[in-house]
Amino acid sequence: MTDELERRLTGTPIPPLDTAGLRRRLATRAADEGLLDVAYGTVDSPLGTLTVMVTPRGLVRLSYPGEGIVGQLQALADHVSPRILAAPERTDEVRRQLDAYFEHRRQTFDLRIDWRLVRGFAGEVLRATARIPFGSVSSYREVATEAGSPNAYRAAGNALGSNPIPIVVPCHRVLHAGGGLGGYTGGLERKRYLLELEGVLEA
Amino acid sequence: MHLPPFEQLVEDHARELHRFLVGSVGPIEAEDCLQETFMSALRAYPRLRHADNLRAWLYTIAQRKATDAVRRRARRPARDLDGLDPVAPPVAGPTDDALWQRVGGLPPKQRTAVVQRFVLDLAYADIATRMRITEEAARQNVSAGLRRLRREVSDDR
Repeated sequence: MTDELERRLTGTPIPPLDTAGLRRRLATRAADEGLLDVAYGTVDSPLGTLTVMVTPRGLVRLSYPGEGIVGQLQALADHVSPRILAAPERTDEVRRQLDAYFEHRRQTFDLRIDWRLVRGFAGEVLRATARIPFGSVSSYREVATEAGSPNAYRAAGNALGSNPIPIVVPCHRVLHAGGGLGGYTGGLERKRYLLELEGVLEA
Repeated sequence: MHLPPFEQLVEDHARELHRFLVGSVGPIEAEDCLQETFMSALRAYPRLRHADNLRAWLYTIAQRKATDAVRRRARRPARDLDGLDPVAPPVAGPTDDALWQRVGGLPPKQRTAVVQRFVLDLAYADIATRMRITEEAARQNVSAGLRRLRREVSDDR
C-alpha cells in the first residue's frame, strides 16, 4: 500500500560522497585537535609498496607488501591507539627520506622513532641496530652484546626478525658471523638488495 | 578489547551515513554533518567499552548532528536585519524541497526511521539494528512519522 507520500519519499537522488575529500578534512582536523594518534600512507619503492605509519612521536611502523596491513593496523589500535586514519600527507617526510635513500642521495635517516611497538630486550637490540652505520655490517652476537647480553644472540635474532621499522632501523645490516646473510622479514632478496645498495655486497 | 582502527569505521560507514544525512538535512549540510559525526566519534572512540554495533553508535551521533543542523536552520532568520537580501535558506531535500523540510522537522527518532526506510530503503529489521530498538518500535516510528507528514502536507493544501 504505497501512497503518494511514500512515492515522493522514495527514490530521492543522493549526490555522491567525496570520500577522498572527507578523509582529507578529517585527517587535518584530527591532527589540529591532537586526535590523530596514528596516520598512515604508502611509499612506492624498488622493494615494492611500503606502508608507513607515524604517530606524533615519530615513525612507529614501516612494512613490506604482504605483511598484512589489516593485522598491523589492529596491533597499533591495540597497543598505541585506535585513533588511526589514512593520512598520506602526514607521512611525507618519511617518504621523502626513503626516496632519497633509494636514489643514493641519503645514507642516514633523520627521523624520530616511536619505539612503542617494541619492548624490553628487543628494544635494546633494535636501538643497537639503529647505530650500525650505512655501509657496515654487524653480527647477531655483536648486537646482542651491544644490547647488554652477549649470549642472547638467538633472542637478538628474534628481535631483528620482528623489527617493526625495517630499512630505517637497519636490521638488514646484521648478518651471520660466518658470513651468511641470515634471515630477513621482507625476504632475503630484499636484504640482498639493500646490502648491494649500501655497497656491502657486489651488485 | 579490540576496537578496530578508526579508518575502518570511515571505510565501512561513511557512504551509508552520508545518504542518511542527505535524507535528514539535505545535500548541502550533509557533508558538514558527516564530518562532525566522525569528529565527535573520533573524540570519544578510545573510551568506548565495546565494539558491538559501531554502526548504531555512529548513527546515534549522526542523528544528533542532524537534529542540531535542523535547529540551527530553524533559528536562522529568513532575512537579515537590514531587510536587504534574504539569506538563502539551505535546501532541505534533493527533489521535493517542502516535503523534505517537513521530514527534517520530525522528532529525531521518527525522522531517522523515515529516512532509513525510504531513502536507504531498509527493511524494518535493519532499521531496528541501526537504531538499537525493536523491529516493532522501528515500524511504529516510521508510521508515526508518516502520519505526521500526511497531516502537515494536507494542512498545506
